[in-house]
Amino acid sequence: CSHSDCDQFSLHISNEDKRNLNLGGHVGFDSLPDQLVSKSVTQGFCFNILCVGETGIGKSTLMNTLFNTTFENEEASHYQNGVYLRPRTYDLQESNVHLKLTIVDTVGFGDQINKEESYKPIVDYIDTQFENYLQEELKIKRSLFNYHDTRIHICLYFIAPTGHSLKSLDLVTMKKLDSKVNIIPIIAKADTVSKSELHKFKIKIMSELVSNGVQIYQFPTDDEAVSEINSSMNAHLPFAVVGSTEEVKVGNKMVRARQYPWGIVQVENESHCDFVKLREMLIRVNMEDLREQTHARHYELYRRCKLEEMGFKDADPDSQPFSLQETYEAKRKEFLGELQHKEEEMRQMFVSKVKETEAELKEKERELHEKFEQLKRMHQEEKRKLEEKRRDLEEDMNAFNRRKMAAETLQAQSLQGSSQQPLKKDKDKKK
Amino acid sequence: MSTNVRFKSRLMKSEDGGEEKQYVGFATLPNQVHRKSVKKGFDFTLMVAGESGLGKSTLVNSLFLTDLYKDRKLLNAEERINQTVEIIKHTVDIEEKGVKLKLTIVDTPGFGDAVNNNECWKPITDYIDQQFEQYFRDESGLNRKNIQDNRVHCCLYFIPPFGHGLRPVDVEFMKALHEKVNVVPLIAKADCLMPVEVKKLKDRIREEIDKFGIKVYQFPDCDSDEDDEFKQQDKELKESTPFAVIGSNTVVEAKGQRVRGRLYPWGIVEVENQSHCDFVKLRNMLIRTHMHDLKDVTCDVHYENYRAQCIQQMTSKLTQENRMDSPIPILPLPTPDVETEKLIKMKDEELKRMQEMIQKMQQQMHEQD
Repeated sequence: CSHSDCDQFSLHISNEDKRNLNLGGHVGFDSLPDQLVSKSVTQGFCFNILCVGETGIGKSTLMNTLFNTTFENEEASHYQNGVYLRPRTYDLQESNVHLKLTIVDTVGFGDQINKEESYKPIVDYIDTQFENYLQEELKIKRSLFNYHDTRIHICLYFIAPTGHSLKSLDLVTMKKLDSKVNIIPIIAKADTVSKSELHKFKIKIMSELVSNGVQIYQFPTDDEAVSEINSSMNAHLPFAVVGSTEEVKVGNKMVRARQYPWGIVQVENESHCDFVKLREMLIRVNMEDLREQTHARHYELYRRCKLEEMGFKDADPDSQPFSLQETYEAKRKEFLGELQHKEEEMRQMFVSKVKETEAELKEKERELHEKFEQLKRMHQEEKRKLEEKRRDLEEDMNAFNRRKMAAETLQAQSLQGSSQQPLKKDKDKKK
Repeated sequence: MSTNVRFKSRLMKSEDGGEEKQYVGFATLPNQVHRKSVKKGFDFTLMVAGESGLGKSTLVNSLFLTDLYKDRKLLNAEERINQTVEIIKHTVDIEEKGVKLKLTIVDTPGFGDAVNNNECWKPITDYIDQQFEQYFRDESGLNRKNIQDNRVHCCLYFIPPFGHGLRPVDVEFMKALHEKVNVVPLIAKADCLMPVEVKKLKDRIREEIDKFGIKVYQFPDCDSDEDDEFKQQDKELKESTPFAVIGSNTVVEAKGQRVRGRLYPWGIVEVENQSHCDFVKLRNMLIRTHMHDLKDVTCDVHYENYRAQCIQQMTSKLTQENRMDSPIPILPLPTPDVETEKLIKMKDEELKRMQEMIQKMQQQMHEQD
């Protein structure tokens, strides 16, 4: 087509609005959701739960109760030096749906006397999972469909049932986590809080969260099918839960419960605790939304911050869309250049240091030589002097001997003569 | 000899059934003590310590069947991030069957509530020491008629039932206090523990108390001539420490009776039901049987330790500096009177002069050489 025709053609398409058309018969694309479902069922699902709470508060028991199984766990000690995270992955199956479940425990949380650093390992762990995903996404050759997504989809924050309000540690920790992960606060071991106390306790907790700007996960109310149940559940937060894997006979059924001398607390009895609500919300209704929120909101926020840090922008100063690849390469070159530069510097420094030391050593060597020479000279000097002295001494000795001999011969001669005067004179002479 | 025989026979007669009540009469001493003490009245200072939300106030109210904590303000979580520990005293005068008790409860709000709890027990140990010091001064003073005993006789320490045993802050606190006050550890809010869990936790805590060398208050052994039932009770008491307690401010209706308890959808916890918790044991021990022993141990052991330490420190200071103005006259050392002091001073100066002279002479000798 001619140039003008093409232009018209492209203009035509961009100006046209979407039109609704009626179908004359059954086409069949209404099976798309089913196709999607069957694809995801074959693929299997992946869900990651982070449990934050003090040692002994009932995290492991609640997980066992929620998933109706026994995940292996040893009782944690109260004497850890710090907080560390313990992720465990399990493969579960129900009907023909496979779930790869990862449960991350916070060991040692709340036990230290100084808890100012307690939130850090948790934040670091969440960030690391985001980072790993980001790395995979940025790879040139990537396999996202195969990637085991370890990003935390939900953080269950276990609040101790004091009946008053949140603890200071709870507030500080939740504030650090609310922009990185979906938080659902729950009241643990709720069978120690009576009904009236519970009502006041929940109100107090929610008001403290609101007044401190902590954003917890809201069950979504935009989907018609679940908006009603979700909005009513939102009003029951935080859920007051009781966990148990032991079964007790109530009536003629065996139910999961805790048996006290004064009564039996049934886990699945909605007038006893909110366990059923939690299970409903967490697993049966909103699991997929949690995964979506993690990806679309928390992960995107992390990614944006990270890339901005690295210097990426969405648009050039000239408003040309940036190519991620190019920028990445450019950054990489820059980085490598920096590395090289640093290496050079270090090498220079090394070389100069070596030279210095060499020079020092040479100097020392020279000094030593000098000293040696000096000593040698001194030695020779002394030797010479000694020689001189010796010679002088010898001369003296010779002179003395000669004189002695002369005197003796004279003496002998004078004895042969007879006068004493010459002797005297000789004596004087001798002297 | 004969008088002794007569005396013996009189005693034997009274043992036989007391036809003639011819005894000396000092058997009435206990009654006299009773009368006097009722007239004088008693005092008791109880300290409660532990993180907030463990039911300390509720328990104190339940123990003394009164409401000490009307209108108290609880801090929010954000206010507690950097909270320091305060010491608050409540004093009440209560009376029962003519016996008056001046009860002082020492509260420690803020303990363990901040994010950084390093040395959060320091204000508490300082308070206890201050009371000892005050008593020490009063006791050594000239007018001892109206000494007020504010020393802490017992400290109830509340351990949270949500963990697996003692936490580092529990261990540090008890170790900082066990030689200053009678520490009685309690498992708080025990209605979150099933009987089997209670036993496990108690065993674990007792083990850890031994392991860390914490000296909690020990019940005195009962005399060998007590009856078996008493001994059995005593043994049970000792084996059920630390007590797992539940408190309640409210009265509920259970089995047709009005009792102190907590109402749940699944049942009613009765505070005074021994199969529900150890509240009764604690109350009996603290108030009905061992209150005076707690006071005695405080006076005879903790206070005496403090006093001995104090005196030792002071005497070591005195020997270092020759002269020190001690605010408390120390009776074991006789205060030197003015004359002897002058003499001592003079002698000291003489000594110094002589030493200087010796030094000079030594120098001279050295120079000559």
